[in-house]
Amino acid sequence: MISLLYSPLLILALLLYALGMLMGFGEIYRASKTTSRLENWLITGGFILHLLAFVLRFRESQALPVTNLHESLSCFALFLAGAYIWISRTARVSILGAFINPLTTVVMLWAVLITQPVSPHPPVLKSFWLPVHVIFSFAGNAMLAMTCGLGIMYLIQEHLIKTKRISRLFKRLPSLNKLDQLSYSCLSIGFPLLTLGIITGSIWASLAWGSYWSWDPKETWSLITWFLYAALLHGRINSAWRGKKAAILSIIGFGAIMFTFLGVNLLLSGLHAYAVR
Amino acid sequence: MNIVTLGVNHKSAPVEIRECLAFAEGAIPAALQQLRQQVGLQESMILSTCNRVEIYGTCDDEDETREKLIAFITSFHDLPAARFADNLYYFTNREAVQHIFRVASSLDSMVVGEPQILGQLKEAFALAVDQQTTGLILNKFMHRAFSVAKAVRTKTKIASNAVSVSFAAVELAKKIFDDLGDKTVMLVGAGEMCELAARHFITQGVKQVLVTNRTYQRARQLAEEFNGHAIEFDDFHNQLDRVDILLSSTGSPTYIINPRHLIPALKKRKNQPIFLIDIAVPRDIDPATNDMDGIFLYDVDDLQEVVAENIDQRKHEADRAEALVDHEVDKFIAWIESLQVTPTIKALRRMAEEISQQELKKTLAGLPELTSKEQKKLEAMTRAIVNKILHHPISCIKEQAENGNQLPVEIIRQLYNLNQASEDLEQE
Repeated sequence: MISLLYSPLLILALLLYALGMLMGFGEIYRASKTTSRLENWLITGGFILHLLAFVLRFRESQALPVTNLHESLSCFALFLAGAYIWISRTARVSILGAFINPLTTVVMLWAVLITQPVSPHPPVLKSFWLPVHVIFSFAGNAMLAMTCGLGIMYLIQEHLIKTKRISRLFKRLPSLNKLDQLSYSCLSIGFPLLTLGIITGSIWASLAWGSYWSWDPKETWSLITWFLYAALLHGRINSAWRGKKAAILSIIGFGAIMFTFLGVNLLLSGLHAYAVR
Repeated sequence: MNIVTLGVNHKSAPVEIRECLAFAEGAIPAALQQLRQQVGLQESMILSTCNRVEIYGTCDDEDETREKLIAFITSFHDLPAARFADNLYYFTNREAVQHIFRVASSLDSMVVGEPQILGQLKEAFALAVDQQTTGLILNKFMHRAFSVAKAVRTKTKIASNAVSVSFAAVELAKKIFDDLGDKTVMLVGAGEMCELAARHFITQGVKQVLVTNRTYQRARQLAEEFNGHAIEFDDFHNQLDRVDILLSSTGSPTYIINPRHLIPALKKRKNQPIFLIDIAVPRDIDPATNDMDGIFLYDVDDLQEVVAENIDQRKHEADRAEALVDHEVDKFIAWIESLQVTPTIKALRRMAEEISQQELKKTLAGLPELTSKEQKKLEAMTRAIVNKILHHPISCIKEQAENGNQLPVEIIRQLYNLNQASEDLEQE
């Protein structure tokens, strides 16, 4: 019964995410409270259905459903939607949706296209540290995705102001200062979460494989990503890297996250290879 | 009863004529009284601003009133009618209503969408109310005009874009800094444009103003006006790190601000952006500064372009606003027409007869033993009651309306809810 409901719920959530994304694009063309509210409700509706599907899957597999590519993608989309709902409501930057929801929708679409049935877990995944590591990592990734979206918005707005193109988009996008501050706030939350994700991962590794760090490609790339964000945070605090420089680095940083998350799994082999099955 | 408007505005008359016809605020009460006594306006008000002088009123004979109004202006301003007759416009009823709604909504203003006119109209109305020269029609009319203006502002984006160079500068600054409250503005040079722009920034909340000028004395004078600080001209480059927004308008033939001046300033500011506004012609600031990270430079042409684009957008919004005004004009004219006596009497009779017929029907249904003769007697009695009850109110509103008093008509309509009844009738 549970497995019968899982796919329809996911597809419905995807549909709502996609509609929310279209509303977000519509908002660039013509901003109105109705469009913005509708966008938020669509994404929130999608998130609730998605969460329901996630819980069903969790009950069926008796473990956090992040043990194959389908589940990982779905989980990442869930965190992206959650982070977007939180940020757009607290910071009141509804146009952020036009930059984040496409990512959520694509990740979700990919997840739906490769839906897999629940399979028995390898022993290594039966650990208390699995949910801890996964929740920290995905929450961190989702917050850092927000900094990337805000960075893209910053670069566009800066370009429009510099080139004196007072277009619709110029009017819809928030001020440079607001984008920069918000991106900094997301980084300040995302970076510690990412750090905790790596630390809990390494504790789990020591319990599962007997060593905290084994220079597996995923571990190496997480470290590279961590260093990138550490440099960005350090630069922001100490040498006033702000504005354009910070925006570019936050985009590069998120590129590294995506490579660590997907590129490593798909292109390089290692201890995390179960995630591409 | 007619609504009339006579006046001149920035389109119909040059400033020399407008200033001759303007009413000083202190002279308006006397003028309003004269409008009642000499011209015979039942209700009146005067709107006098730098762009328009208009008299609004209600009267019985609109043609006669036009001549009398011109005679009044001629004598009041001691001006030959020939000097301004060609510049006058005179609107009656529908046209007058439409004109005033357009004025209130700032569709008739020099800068379409500018907000001041509504305030001026409210003041003019308050003055007329004080002088007791308004009544049922103008009171309702002006309140409707204010609500139309509000609807135009909220339902269209007519006033959402800056249409002056200094407002455009403020709009851009907000897109860079968000909140201007803790920002510092520096004026380089003490030109008039610079001063005006600085004032706009101050009204938007900028607290700190620095002023520098080749003549230190002038810089100090201006700084005092803004509660700011004057800086020696030779020293201003060293102070650039304190500045978030810089307005420059010196008469210098060469650039006085170059990238090399800004590099150390940005470093000290930890790359906090600086917004440079170059209002000088020839320009004061090297355009190459715009290529630097964290520096945003706009010269006078750039700002003009922003303004031109905004004006275009306003025109588009103005079309939507016109449609809205037209709809409101229709509604108001319908109300005025409803004040005419005959439709009100008809509606009142119809309502009373309907009620009596319904009640009669109910009563007769409960008395089947009555003969048709008895039934007819009952019918005659109800008709007589209705006629007798309505006789006095109807002759009263007729009599009052003939004397130009529409108040009883409006009261009857409100007491018996006849507006709703008429609407229901129309829908049927």
